[in-house]
Order: sequence, then C-alpha cells, then structure tokens
Amino acid sequence: MTLTPELLIFAAMAGLAAAAAVGVVAFNNAVRSALCLVLNFFVLAGLYFTLNAEMLGITQIVVYTGAIMVLFLFVIMLLNLGSTSLDLKNDPRVVTGLALGVVLFGVVASQVLPGLLSVTKPNTPDTWGAPQNVGRALFTSYVVPLEAVGILLLLGLVGSILLAKRRI
Amino acid sequence: MNGVPLAAYLALGLFMFTTGVVGVVIRRSPIVIFMCIELMLNAVNLTFLAFARYQFSPLTRDASTAAQASSGGQMMVIFVMAVAAAEVAVGLGIIMAIFRQRENIDLDEMNLLRG
Amino acid sequence: MAEWFNNLHPVLQALIRSLTFVGPMLVMVALVIWFERRLLGWFQDRQGPNRVGTITLRHRDKWVPPFLKGKKISLQGLIQPFADITKLVVKEEIQPSAADLVIYVIGPGLALFPSIVLGATIPWGPYKPLTPVADVNIGVLWILAIASLGVYGVVLSGYASNNKYSLLGGLRSSAQLISYELGMGISLACIVLATGSLKPTDMVTAQQEALWGFVTPLANWFILTPHGFIAAIVFFICMVAETNRAPFDLPEAENELVAGYHTEYSSAKFASYFMGEYAAMIVYGGIFTTVFLGGYHLAPIRFEYLAQQGGAVSTLAAGLHWADFWLAPLWFLGKVFLIIFVYIWLRATLPRMRYDQLMSLGWRTLLPVATVNLIVVAMWLLLQRLLNPALAFGIAVATFGLLYWLLNAVLGTVRGSSELAGEPLESRSVRLVSVKANVPVPEVAEAATEGGAA
Repeated sequence: MTLTPELLIFAAMAGLAAAAAVGVVAFNNAVRSALCLVLNFFVLAGLYFTLNAEMLGITQIVVYTGAIMVLFLFVIMLLNLGSTSLDLKNDPRVVTGLALGVVLFGVVASQVLPGLLSVTKPNTPDTWGAPQNVGRALFTSYVVPLEAVGILLLLGLVGSILLAKRRI
Repeated sequence: MNGVPLAAYLALGLFMFTTGVVGVVIRRSPIVIFMCIELMLNAVNLTFLAFARYQFSPLTRDASTAAQASSGGQMMVIFVMAVAAAEVAVGLGIIMAIFRQRENIDLDEMNLLRG
Repeated sequence: MAEWFNNLHPVLQALIRSLTFVGPMLVMVALVIWFERRLLGWFQDRQGPNRVGTITLRHRDKWVPPFLKGKKISLQGLIQPFADITKLVVKEEIQPSAADLVIYVIGPGLALFPSIVLGATIPWGPYKPLTPVADVNIGVLWILAIASLGVYGVVLSGYASNNKYSLLGGLRSSAQLISYELGMGISLACIVLATGSLKPTDMVTAQQEALWGFVTPLANWFILTPHGFIAAIVFFICMVAETNRAPFDLPEAENELVAGYHTEYSSAKFASYFMGEYAAMIVYGGIFTTVFLGGYHLAPIRFEYLAQQGGAVSTLAAGLHWADFWLAPLWFLGKVFLIIFVYIWLRATLPRMRYDQLMSLGWRTLLPVATVNLIVVAMWLLLQRLLNPALAFGIAVATFGLLYWLLNAVLGTVRGSSELAGEPLESRSVRLVSVKANVPVPEVAEAATEGGAA
C-alpha cells in the first residue's frame, strides 16, 4: 500500500472524525458533546463526498448538522443541561464500558478487516451518487419503502406534537 | 477515492460505532446517550456507503449491475436518516416531557417501572 | 480568454474564482452598510451619515488647480462604513469572565463562515469557467445545507456568553431558523421541479426559454410565472427570517433582549457578526436573483431570439444582447441591490413580530402555501407535456384562482365560527402557543418535525 495524497486526505478526515467521536463521549459538558457530534457529522459528510456519494453527503449536512443537531442544542439550552455534571469520575461503569468497547472493537476488527485489506478500487461508476441516480432508484425500485418512511415521519410528527403540547 | 482501501472506511465506522456503545454504557445523561445512538447510526451509514461504493463481490463486476446494486446502499442510508429524524423528534419530546415532570433527567433515577 | 484560464493550474483557477467572488462581496458589505443607513435616513426624513469622506481642497496646496481651490468634494458619507469598522476594531475588547471561552471565540467565526461560503454555486455572469466558484450537481442543496449551518454561530454565542439575554436570543434564533428553512426548501423545490435540475446555472438557462412555454419574445423569468411568483414570495419571507432582519429580528430584539445573542461581544468579534449579517443579505439577494429574477440577464426579453428574427428590431436586439452578455455582472449587481432595497424598506416599514406570530406565519401559512404550490407546479408540468403549453397555463392559473377562492371561503367560515364562539382567532392562537417568559416551550415539537420533513 503506497502513500497517496488521497490516503493522506482520508487519514486527516478520519482522524478528525474519530477524535470528535471520542469527544462526544468524553466531554462532561453536554453542549461540547453536541458540538463534537456536529463536527463528526460534518466530517462524515466530507467522507461521503470522497466516496462520490454527493447527494447523501449534502443530505447529511442538511438533515444531521442542519436540523437534528440544532434541535439537540435547542433542547440542551432550553433545559439548561449544559452545566449539569453527571460526572464520569469514580464510576465503576467507566471501566466496564471501556473494556466492553475494546473487546468489541478487537473482535470485530480482527474478524472483518484483514480479509478486506486487498479491496482498494471502487467498482461502481463515479456518478453513482448523483442526485439523478439516487432519485431514479428512490422512485422506482424503492418507492414502497419510501412511502413507508413517509408514514413513519408523519407518525413521528404527530407523536412529538402530542408529547410536547400541554393541552390539545 | 482511489488508493484508500475499503478496510479504512470500515475501521472508522467500527471505531465510531464502538465509541457510541461505550458512550451509551458509561454516560448517565439521556441527551448524551441519545447523541451516542446517533453516532452509532452514522457509523452504520458510513459502512453501508463504503460497501456499496466498493462492490467487491464477484457477482457485481460488470458496470450496469454494479450501478443497480449500489443504489441499495444509498437507499438504506436515506431510510436510516429518515428514521433517525423521526426518532429524534419523538425522543427529544419524551426528554422534554420527563423534564417537565421531574426536573431531573438522570437516567439512574428513572426507575418507576422497576416494580 | 477562456483558453488562457483553462490552461492555468486547477488550484490557481479555483483561487481566482473564489477571489473574484469573495473580494467584491466584502467591498459590497461596506457599500450596503452605507446604503442602508442613507436609505433609512431617507425613509425617516433625516439625513443619515453624509459627512465622512468629504474632501476639502485647500488654497495653500500647490497641486490643486486654481479653479478647484477651496471646493469641497462630497462623497455623501461613502467612507462611513470604513470609519465604523475602524472604530469597532480598535475598541477595547471585553470578555465576560464566566464565558465558555472556546465556544465564545469560535462563535463569530461560525457566524461569518456560512454567509461567505453560501454563494459558492451562484453564477454572477455568463463567463463559464470563471463563475460560479463551484458548478456542482447539487447547487441548490448546497445553499440549503450551508444556510442551515448559519444557526450555529448565533446559538453558540448565545450559550457561551453566559448571559440570560444572549441565551434567549440564541434559543429564539434556533427555533426561528429551523422553522423558516422548511418554507425555503419547499419553495426552492418548486423551481427545481420547473427547471429539472439542481444547478443554479441551469436555472438561469431555463429562465431564458419562452415565457409560460408559448410567449416566444419574452423570457421565462420564474417570478413572472404564477407558481414562481408564489414561490418567490415565500422564499423572500423565509430569506428575511433566515438573515435575522427586521421584522424577523427577534433574536436581537433590543427592547426585550438588550442585543440578543451578541450582547456580550465587542470590538472585532462584534464586527464579524455585523459583517456576517450583511454578507448574508447580499448572498441571499444573489440567490433570489439567480433563482427568480433571471440571474445575470438584463430584462425578461429574449434578445438572442429577437436578433435572429430579422426586421427592424433585430439590430437593436443584437446590440442589447451584446450588452446583456458583456455587462452581465452589472445587471446582477443591480438586481441584488434591488433586493437589498426591499430588505431595508421592510425594516423601515414593519414593526417587529411577536414570537407566536412568527411561528404561526412560518408553520401555518408559508409551509402549506409552498406545499400546495409544489403540487400545482407538478400538475402544470405534467399537463404541459400531455396537452399544449397554453392550455396547461390556463388550467394552472384557473387552479390557483380556485385555490385562492377556497382558501378565502374556508378562512371566512373559520373566522366566523370562532367569533361566534366569542373568541377571535388571534387570541386563541396566543393561548395555544403560550409564550411563557419568552421561552417557547411547546414549540419544540413543531421545530422537531423539521428533521422529519428534511
């Protein structure tokens, strides 16, 4: 495996994403956790672009960083959870959790990754992620799941309004 | 991107997923746990996209079948995003409702249903 | 010209493209600040800043020609914004001691960044390799994505300042921006549907076709079509709300929240908020121009088509086509300034909205209107292919009329029945929204659906 510029760019982005993911768990302040998650999602969108999935990359920014994370921040600030310290120190769960994580990572990585190291060339055409292609697939082969997801979203909408309204 | 092995994307996805699992186990604030769940969903999304992009299976070697088969990964990602959005809308509503009832959202103290 | 440009290194090309876009925009920020203050002065029957930049040619200077000695050259206060910025930057910087410093410092950067990057897909002329900065396949989605990042600067500064007023400003802003993005997205979707492409450059091209599909001498600017007109109104309102401008400037309402999210910011950090707001105004003006006002073209007339027709008008049309092509940035700028004029006009005319009015406008008016509009556009486009364009246009206009009549009828009955129940509609909506201490508690559910709709 040679060191190409692409690999360097990928390494930088992946490192940033991984560091941000750790930040989500490690920060005691919920606002900082949320910010790390925003950074992670943003870098992830960049990684989708490197996979040529441009439609999904931009959807990732619109849906996750633009809507979901703003909502998280909104709730954190509204309930003033930013400064509440449900502290991590002196908690036996930290050790258990970290051990579980290391084991999970070790087992899955050792079983899955070595066999795939030789796969370095993408096999799909470069335009596979263009909006036209995604849209065509979405409204032909996948139209039934799409409608199902639409109904799910409607249910989510009704449910969240019911939960949040004090009187209807 | 040429030159980057599939395994690199998968390793990142796995790392993010593991971090999410660890976060769910060790944190007590429901909103952070919620964020860790989002992290796991995104790790899975990345894995889906990477697999769909590389298409290493010998069955899908020719271009047209590969293009057709690869849309499946992207569709999964779209559906996961939609489900995550619905989940966040309802989940944050629940957190708000609990907070309104109890003024405290430490998960360890939510044990009314424990019997 | 194009050859020479194409031969450059790609990185250099990208650099030139970005500089020719960002540089003029930052100069325009200063111009717009001056424009706004002078216009507001005019609206309010006063002078506005008109002194800074007046050049007095003294008698004792040798280089001044005799007929100019003692004359004053007034620039009408054009240098005022530079004086403002200088004052802001050299002022003492005060940081709240209990602020969350990291977030406090990155806040202004996060506010400035999206408003500069937002216009990357907007073409300011027909000079293909030079503009837009990135002619990508997902141009419109790029606009929506980057616009949605604009909220972070406001929310985070509100949180990090450790000030109740800032926090309230940040909260209001997050709910407001997330609500108005929906209307904006759907009104843009109407245009995407009509164009059949997500590229802003394709939208400009599509607006050079025959008006309504059958009036050949005129161009199909989307603001002249029925669906485009409705989408333009919805988009404009959302755009004003997204830039936090009056009458939607609740996040910085000075009579309630001091200065809202930037209360605790001073000096250069405040200046970057200030610049971010004006840069966003300009870029949104550019987006509106590109999507609805025919982009960089002079007038909704197809000069190229007329020039080919021959006859008396063809020479004139050819000349105008030449001007249309070579002076394109001028027409683009003119339209942008027209939009900014409307912005300032709104600010001078309308009082600030109440929080519940804001939410109800976004969710109960703009979103349904944009959605119905989307459905009618889809129907029209289908009919245009099945029947002939003129008939489809007639049917579409009839549908819009019918919908308008229905809406009025329904609203009339609703108003009538609620007044019968002894309660006008407005007070009922106030009770439902329950603005308790300005914290919009129940609204989270409605804001929560944004993720779903996106």
